[in-house]
Amino acid sequence: MRKFLWIMVALSGAFAVGGIALHRGETINAMWLVVAAICVYAIGYRFYSAWVVAKVLSADAGRATPALRLNNGRDFMPTHRWIVFGHHFAAIAGPGPLIGPTLAAQFGYLPGTLWILVGAVLGGCVQDMTILFMSTRRDGRSLGQMARDELGPVGGLAAIIGTLTIMIILIAVLGLVIVNAMKHSPWATATVFATIPIAVLIGLYLRNIRPGRVLEGSMIGIALLLFAVVGGGWVDHHPTLRVLFDMDSKGIAWFVIGYGFIAAVLPVWLLLAPRDYLSTFLKLGTVLLLAIAVVLLRPEIKMPAITQFVDGTGPIFGGALFPFVFITIACGAISGFHALVSSGTTPKLIGSETDVRLIGYGSMMLESCVAIMAMIAATLLDPGVYFAINSGPGVVGATADAAVTTISSWGFPVTADQMHELAREMGESTLFARTGGAPSLAVGMASIFSNAFGQGLLAVWYHFAIMFEAVFILTTLDAGTRVGRFMLQDALGHVWKPMAKTSWYPSVLIASALIVAGWGYFLYIGVVDPNGGINILWPLFGIANQLLAGIALCVATGILVKSGKLRYAWVTGLPLTWLAIVTTVATWQKVVSPDVRVGFLAAAEQMANKLASGALSPEQAAVAPQLIFNQRLDAALAMMLVAILWIVIADMLRVSWRVVKGLPVPPSSEAPAVALAEVRT
Amino acid sequence: MSQKLRELWQLLRAMATDDAYERYLAHHVQAHAGTAPLSRRAFYLGEQQRKWTGVSRCC
Repeated sequence: MRKFLWIMVALSGAFAVGGIALHRGETINAMWLVVAAICVYAIGYRFYSAWVVAKVLSADAGRATPALRLNNGRDFMPTHRWIVFGHHFAAIAGPGPLIGPTLAAQFGYLPGTLWILVGAVLGGCVQDMTILFMSTRRDGRSLGQMARDELGPVGGLAAIIGTLTIMIILIAVLGLVIVNAMKHSPWATATVFATIPIAVLIGLYLRNIRPGRVLEGSMIGIALLLFAVVGGGWVDHHPTLRVLFDMDSKGIAWFVIGYGFIAAVLPVWLLLAPRDYLSTFLKLGTVLLLAIAVVLLRPEIKMPAITQFVDGTGPIFGGALFPFVFITIACGAISGFHALVSSGTTPKLIGSETDVRLIGYGSMMLESCVAIMAMIAATLLDPGVYFAINSGPGVVGATADAAVTTISSWGFPVTADQMHELAREMGESTLFARTGGAPSLAVGMASIFSNAFGQGLLAVWYHFAIMFEAVFILTTLDAGTRVGRFMLQDALGHVWKPMAKTSWYPSVLIASALIVAGWGYFLYIGVVDPNGGINILWPLFGIANQLLAGIALCVATGILVKSGKLRYAWVTGLPLTWLAIVTTVATWQKVVSPDVRVGFLAAAEQMANKLASGALSPEQAAVAPQLIFNQRLDAALAMMLVAILWIVIADMLRVSWRVVKGLPVPPSSEAPAVALAEVRT
Repeated sequence: MSQKLRELWQLLRAMATDDAYERYLAHHVQAHAGTAPLSRRAFYLGEQQRKWTGVSRCC
């Protein structure tokens, strides 16, 4: 009976995947994607993850975990696996899986969907689970520490540089996403601004009025946030207030930069912690609501399976299907950042080694599912509308007429009236060139929600979606700045001792300012760049994230080989090989491609030539030197990232070779095995 | 039925870390009997500080 059930799951999965791959009609129902995803996840979880846990990792339910051995009632504490699952999922799921698939939808729905499914089941889930398991075996050591212990100092240093770089680029690109959602939108701006005092209020409530009652504090906060969404609408209709909140992108960028600095130096209980509670509840609620609405509504996907932009001429970001779909969708398929959460906090809560399957593999599956939902929300829009929202003025033209003419000429008909009407329905002045993915996702979500749960509230749903994205982008922004600050303080401490003191205010201010200046620079350049900035920053973020995944998979592969599992090393070695190929090819193209929308150096040269020949308008000429410098800096940065990846791979291969040859290698840092029975007594 | 509801409520509280202080107290009584535990507020603030010192949120 069981067998029959799984054969049915396999057959429906194969049928659904085949269906979405071969379908060539006008539209396709979103349920095809949902069914394909569920079947692929079910089979991946039931068979592959079980096999990896049993054979490759040899998880031992009879071996005491650090939570049991080192239980201190605080960070080390055995916790029910579904609760750890919830915490772990809340930690790994950020705005990444929503934005990546939205951008990658320019290739059509098929390439991104297939990569999300295959990448997650064979790559991302395996990485998360393996690192979680290995860190659990090592008392919750971080990825950087494991790299240093198991491979050597080179691997450790690479992990630290990789983490710092990804943090800076990630924050810059997320900052750019909200700037583009808020520019000249009084409603969105007022709502997002209101989230800050609301978070502070809840912070005070949780500290002074009812200490630690997170549930009730969060419920009050969420009610206030919903009120802020409606209140934003009043601001939008008020003649004076409207002007006050109508800000251009540079103004908002400066606000985000200033906000990031203040948030990073304030005590965490005041702003960061309460807003994180709000964003977590909001995230879980919205994702659940979206899933229910998609199933209830079963919308039609209007984007073709594959568009002509697979050749690299896409308006949202330049570059061909291979390798750029694999760079654009990182979170949702495989995200190196997860390895940082999987090593550190979560391992200290695990009550049994076999729980890593549900917590590591399962959480990533759910995140991948969120990415599928984002893909559905992006592709159910009229393709013409999707491209009009997501294309920068440098690509399709600065005026509405120019943009609709260009986009219609690609075979995706759209009219200026249609865009105007859509903007009016959403309560915005314009939706043209709102690049970054958040606004088009919000339009998609708003249309799903309003169809499923009541018409006529489109504008409210749209701004709810924008608020939802902004709240956890801001959380990532200040949590990331803080982590970067700690890492920098630690590094500066080697130069001058007092800098390492995390509570010494001069050190806090200097380190925070340096980190904020780092991402603030990229954010600002992204805002002044007429090609949208996303075109540069998102691929750079993807490369950095895949680099981190590469380091994590190197550590995992090295540990597998060292523990005598050479014949199973392909489990992490194969995804590593794929990422190394993808990242290297993408970096190569980003640096040397003669296409100015892909190659950093070609773009710098073209702009330098235009500047020299006087072909630029005075305002373009004013920012041109900055943009030229930035393109060259990006090229250097991308090359540095890929060089780090290959150094770590070489280090891992060196260690593995020595294992095979029987030469001495750094000893295993695994904590000695303690039987469950010894701890319980 | 009420048993099931109570379990669900406990699960929700655990998800939100509302029960962290009670769990800390239970552990404290068992492991450090005789010493005074932290107050609810001091525990909450300490936990926030610890939580936000490492990487606890992703992209």
